[in-house]
Amino acid sequence: MPEPILEIKDLTVEFSTEDGIVHAVTGVSYDLYPGEVLGIVGESGSGKSVSMLSVLGLVPMPPGKIVHGEALFKGDDLVTMPKNKLRDIRGGPMAMIFQDPMTSLNPVLTIGDQISEAIKVHNRGKSDDDVKKRTVELLELVGVPFAERRVEQYPHEFSGGMRQRAMIAMAIANEPTVLVADEPTTALDVTIQAQIVEVLKTAQRETHAAIVLITHDLGLIAELADRVVVMYAGRVVELADVFTIFNSPRHPYTVGLMNSLARVDVDLEWLEPIPGQPPSLITPPSGCAFHPRCAFSQGRAICRTEIPELRKADEGVHLSACHFAEELAVTHVRVGAGAGDGS
Amino acid sequence: MTETQEMATAEESVASTNGNELLRVEGLVKHFPIKAGVFKHTVGQVQAVSGVDLTVRTGETLGVVGESGCGKTTLGRTIIKLLEPTAGRIVFDGRDITHFRRRQMRPVRRDIQIIFQDPYASLNPRMTVREIVSEPLRIHGIYRRGEGRRRVEELLRTVGLSPEHANRFPHEFSGGQRQRIGVARALALNPKMMVLDEPVSALDVSIQAQVVNLLAQLQNEFGLTYLFIAHDLSVVRHVSDRVAVMYLGKIVEIGTRKQIYGAPMHPYTQALLSAVPIESPDLRGKRPRIVLEGDVPSPANPPSGCRFRTRCWKAQEICAQEEPALIPRAGGDHPVACHFAEVMNPLNLAEQARVQQAAHQAAQRAAQQIAGE
Repeated sequence: MPEPILEIKDLTVEFSTEDGIVHAVTGVSYDLYPGEVLGIVGESGSGKSVSMLSVLGLVPMPPGKIVHGEALFKGDDLVTMPKNKLRDIRGGPMAMIFQDPMTSLNPVLTIGDQISEAIKVHNRGKSDDDVKKRTVELLELVGVPFAERRVEQYPHEFSGGMRQRAMIAMAIANEPTVLVADEPTTALDVTIQAQIVEVLKTAQRETHAAIVLITHDLGLIAELADRVVVMYAGRVVELADVFTIFNSPRHPYTVGLMNSLARVDVDLEWLEPIPGQPPSLITPPSGCAFHPRCAFSQGRAICRTEIPELRKADEGVHLSACHFAEELAVTHVRVGAGAGDGS
Repeated sequence: MTETQEMATAEESVASTNGNELLRVEGLVKHFPIKAGVFKHTVGQVQAVSGVDLTVRTGETLGVVGESGCGKTTLGRTIIKLLEPTAGRIVFDGRDITHFRRRQMRPVRRDIQIIFQDPYASLNPRMTVREIVSEPLRIHGIYRRGEGRRRVEELLRTVGLSPEHANRFPHEFSGGQRQRIGVARALALNPKMMVLDEPVSALDVSIQAQVVNLLAQLQNEFGLTYLFIAHDLSVVRHVSDRVAVMYLGKIVEIGTRKQIYGAPMHPYTQALLSAVPIESPDLRGKRPRIVLEGDVPSPANPPSGCRFRTRCWKAQEICAQEEPALIPRAGGDHPVACHFAEVMNPLNLAEQARVQQAAHQAAQRAAQQIAGE
């Protein structure tokens, strides 16, 4: 395997709140390899966004705090790096796309100005004409029609889908090597989502960037990700390539997620939800954080007393943080590969 | 069994398990005025719902799907008269409630309840769960001390909460639990029907499934009738007996679940079904995607003729001139509002080639449009 370009190592992030310390991310490690799409999937509060945004300096501190860990980007630690150096990396070699383009675009600047600024910040010497040309080129690349004219418009004159395209144009303006997409399609309608997925694919083809795709949408993961990190209650519970995650998961939470899904292509008699409620991150359950909701633990003591390590669960690179990962190999995930017969 | 036979049996079973028509909506229109100027005179109309016909039978679930701005939420709210209809007729349980005044609506509201998307916004943060769940009983003057208490506890148990939760406040609960509180409140008056407006969209997947199952269980237990409004085509497939697809204020296709998901005929339905990401990496690259260019036009100024024509790869001259009626079309037996309706199922991998062709046409058309403008 090639060298990773980003290595998150044993990252722990906390937030201090009135109610106590929120353990948002605990001992998280994962690597990102050049050109791949790494999906980070989890439900609200799983720490999927915080694990990435904290090392980019995008989590307000305080109340947030990186207690522990490092994030090596081409060998340099983002966590200990001076702020101005981190600023050069953000929007340059590491760029971001967020969920809600309306709040992440500046309403009083034209789309063109904002993209131009992104280019200029990282290319001081570039002439205005070149910047303008590049701006139009970028908008055309992400499929904004009449780009020449639309650079003069303001964000409110763009529809949701067009704004998301503009965000992507801005993100790829400086040919990043890492593109962090945090719920890039969540706020959009299905038909617009489909457009944006295509744009993301184009963007990756053009820049060869590695993409960190943070989402709760397993459909999007199935469609785009090469490898998948599954997070629960601030920890990585499973990590494998996308086919393995969907076809032979080795963590009860991942299995539970798959079985909760309603599918558009299959009729299911009954959904099998994960029972119970998401855990408190202030006072997480003892041992394995998933044990109170786990159908598989069957009251075994070790689940309550010992935090399971993320370890090799299968052939290849397949890690699971379950004491009984091997037993899951013989149980069946109810929703199979899906023949998609549509009836 | 052939597909048509299967479909026929599916239809029969819907008809036999479900009783009479509980709700009938005819030609329902809801326009919102656009006001401008110092004197706030009306300069236009947002045509949120423009001429919807549908019926819902006792005990069934009618799913309503569509993207934002298609009017599905306005439709739900107009049906229960949270909004006054601009035109059309609403008949609920044999009574024409279209022009009922507030006082007349009171007894009707016992029978038809609504659940909202956002469990955070729809519960009063200063009221305890007991107060929230018993409020409908008090409003309708049927809360009796002692008995009312027991009723609240029973309702909480019914929705999977424990009676001890009654003294807590909404902020002490997670999203899924709050939605359960909303359901308990809606159940308090033993309604016949519930309008569920995106009841699970704000919830995480694992919790969504809990609430979906709860709704199914309550439907079985109490014989409830649901109008289930959602943008999520997967959830709608799972919960619905019949499905209506809306686009820009109109129903473009309506049929049994089997018809809509097994033999969709409207290009918009087909585009939607092709666009939904499926949770299976094995299908990667095997499902051609019909990417519709552009956005939904403004409901203040909808296109002439067929409202979908500006994004449709099949559009011809007639589509701009003549609005297609929602009627059964050749090749199918459920109502479709398209001049060129034809069965094509993007969910069926055997039909890949045809879907691919449509996807190609859609892309070409989009390119032409951009070039031509």
